[in-house]
Amino acid sequence: MTNDGRTLSPTAVLVNGHRREVRTEQDTALLYVLRNHLGLKATRFGCGLGLCGACMVLVDGRAVYSCDTPLWSVLDNEITTVEGLGTADRPHPVTEALIAEQAAQCGYCMSGVTIAAVELLRRSADPSDAEVRAALDRNLCRCGAHNRIVRAVLAAAAQLRAGQGDAT
Amino acid sequence: MNPAARTAGLPPSVAANPRLGAWLRVLPAGVVEVRPGKVELGQGVLTALSQVAAEELDVGVARVRMIPAATGVSPDEGYTAGSLSVQHSGSAIRLVCAEARGCYLGVAAARLGVPESKLTVSDGQILAPDGRSTSYWELADDALLDRTASGEYPPKSASAYHIVGTSVPRLDLPDKLTGRPRFVPDLSPDGLCYGRIVRPPSRGATLTALDTRATLALPGVLTVVRDGSFLGVVAEREELAVRAADRLRAGTAWERHPTLPDPGGLPAYLRSAPAETTVLAECGTRPDREQIAMSVEATYHRPYLAHASIGPSSATALFGGREEGQADGREGSRLQVWSHTQGIYLLRAELARALGLADDDVTVTHVEGPGCYGHNGADDAAMDAALLAMAVPGRPVQVVWSRADELAWAPFGTAAVVRVAADVDAAGNVLSWHHEIWGNGHSTRPGSTRSVALLANSHRVGGEEIEAAAEPPMAHGGGAGRNSVPDYDFPACQAVNHRLLDMPLRTSALRSLGAFLNVFAAESFMDELALAAGRDPVEYRLGWLSDPRARAVIESAAARSGWDNWSPAESAGHGIGFARYKNTSAYCAVVAEVEAVSEVRVRRLTIAVDAGLVINPDGAANQVEGGAVQATSWALKEQVRFDRYGVTGDTWETYPILRFSEVPVVDVELLPGNGNPALGVGETAQGPTAAAIGNAVCDALGVRVRALPFTEENILAAMPD
Repeated sequence: MTNDGRTLSPTAVLVNGHRREVRTEQDTALLYVLRNHLGLKATRFGCGLGLCGACMVLVDGRAVYSCDTPLWSVLDNEITTVEGLGTADRPHPVTEALIAEQAAQCGYCMSGVTIAAVELLRRSADPSDAEVRAALDRNLCRCGAHNRIVRAVLAAAAQLRAGQGDAT
Repeated sequence: MNPAARTAGLPPSVAANPRLGAWLRVLPAGVVEVRPGKVELGQGVLTALSQVAAEELDVGVARVRMIPAATGVSPDEGYTAGSLSVQHSGSAIRLVCAEARGCYLGVAAARLGVPESKLTVSDGQILAPDGRSTSYWELADDALLDRTASGEYPPKSASAYHIVGTSVPRLDLPDKLTGRPRFVPDLSPDGLCYGRIVRPPSRGATLTALDTRATLALPGVLTVVRDGSFLGVVAEREELAVRAADRLRAGTAWERHPTLPDPGGLPAYLRSAPAETTVLAECGTRPDREQIAMSVEATYHRPYLAHASIGPSSATALFGGREEGQADGREGSRLQVWSHTQGIYLLRAELARALGLADDDVTVTHVEGPGCYGHNGADDAAMDAALLAMAVPGRPVQVVWSRADELAWAPFGTAAVVRVAADVDAAGNVLSWHHEIWGNGHSTRPGSTRSVALLANSHRVGGEEIEAAAEPPMAHGGGAGRNSVPDYDFPACQAVNHRLLDMPLRTSALRSLGAFLNVFAAESFMDELALAAGRDPVEYRLGWLSDPRARAVIESAAARSGWDNWSPAESAGHGIGFARYKNTSAYCAVVAEVEAVSEVRVRRLTIAVDAGLVINPDGAANQVEGGAVQATSWALKEQVRFDRYGVTGDTWETYPILRFSEVPVVDVELLPGNGNPALGVGETAQGPTAAAIGNAVCDALGVRVRALPFTEENILAAMPD
């Protein structure tokens, strides 16, 4: 039997400022909605259990694991992925700082790390090194880029405080 | 002249792939395409290689386009492994680009009527002294490079470098940090469908009954594939494939047997299991009995370690159907695979062997994957995808492993025991050194085993178990034996390996292979000897080292860490570890500072590395730092948990790794290359980091912990009764 989803009735979601329609079951993980139905590949599968942070997205500004968030639970919420954080010409200050610090090796965990860092800087303009680490503790990195990432987040915070960037 | 004579003296990668055009193309649009056979594993190697190409060609790095490796079009450079990419691919690209530059200068000289020696090149512009010019781009012609490398165009001397040796930013990071599709599971070809595998519930379990009705009744499920105890499902959408795999698992019955050793008795098992014993190396002569004041020994242990990359293994495969540029009636039997493998040609050969296809009917294209630290599940996932794709010809199938399968079924770094023994004189000087290893081998990569080295194949009808890992020769760096031979000038030494003939859990190459435990053991034992002799561990080591590069890394790390000004404090300790990776590669010394009560916290790592010529200093520092952080994670936390049936540590809760708040400050210093050739840095910090932490723990607690990891359990077990 074929079922590519076309027979399902559409569900509307608000992603990166756009209302989009997807056809999938209501209990489908937000991760698959974003990656496959909407083609937003920045958000990545890591564990499927909300234990590694590779799949983090912002839901109404809060960093959540999209791998264990069912579609039905975010129908009235605003979802932001890394694709929605900045533009190619004007990347988000956190992204810019990560590139400037060369703060990655394989990069697979980095979308989730970026989301967690953006969430932190929205609620805390001047975090300490320890506060950045605590905020990123839900995100696993295997390559050992942690210290570069922390430096980049602190640099992005300084940049934002100086008014040279926009935390949204 | 025979071909072998023509290629004599060329770098091995060029000798094996001597046509210049296989390595690079000059395009009229002002771009140079470079095709290394090595692949990006997340370590930044393609950036470093682009610098080498740009340097020799005298073009800006921005003009160099690195082409991902693919069978049939890329040179065959074997595996991207062993910290050898810069040595192998770098020396090949250096030579090929120098020669390509020469070819283009020859044509330019004829056109401009000036001798080649008078021409200069600047960002691809070829300039004559009188101001006239042409360019690579104007002269671009594939025919010019359709020739065999001669080795007659000497590459630049290191003193002329202005691109090599600079910290060029990584080519791939802007994409990866802005979330652009770049990884294997980001591929989305037309008609893509999704596969999931249902692995056996335990090692050696056989599928005895299967009810597929509930699975096939799920709308959107395309097919179930069963071959012996290999089981998978293909569905139109990924979320359906995940649900279908759960249904499929519920419809299985298995016969299970306990095949694994008692986890509590792992060291004893390793020392008593059937093994092949080899003397790996011997030097000097054993001392006379009357010289020996004391004979001492100690035994060290590491558990199995998981690769534990943040992204699980994945692959996409397409059997039959569409293929560009091929129309010879054999389309129906062609297999295309997209994989984050470390060896495209070796994977191709293994897939062809397993599936009964000709090598030419299989193409493997490298696509980047999550961080690769050795032989992980990438090749296995390629086989999974191939088996599913063959059941739905014409449809590309993407397989992504579950987290549980990634942690439980990918190859592991082997558990092992090392016993170090020494005869010492009355002053505590080493007269002879003996290093003995018990454990599985470190390579079951495709191409290294008699049976097919792909997980799924071992579960198919007639599939053989993957045979126990072999031991590569010490001349190639060894596997279990890597760094079992001391770097110190001891009067006599011997290294012995007991390679297990059974392999209860599949083991293969994980970053630094046997060096992790061998260096941990040897460098812990060095501290034990130094302390017994009442000597400072740094001074004691220097007393056995004549190699000035070895001395320099130890002296530098000690000085930078303030070794001599250390003020002892309650529960705090510092320690040093040193090794020259493989005895022939980069030198690395690490000083660790720890706090240890019941739990060990590493505060700071001060690292000095001599890797000779460094192509990209920031990239090299990133690799060393990352390696040290990973080794800290291994040393503090990691061990694969299992019972008699299978691996139980299959989530991040049961296989924890180091988190942001636990990561130490890491200070990496790269010592000047002093004209020495480039050596890989990706693995050099693994052993020295673990040893430095262990020695620091002993300094802090007065307890010598010889079993990794340094968990509360292992520390308590090491305390005197």
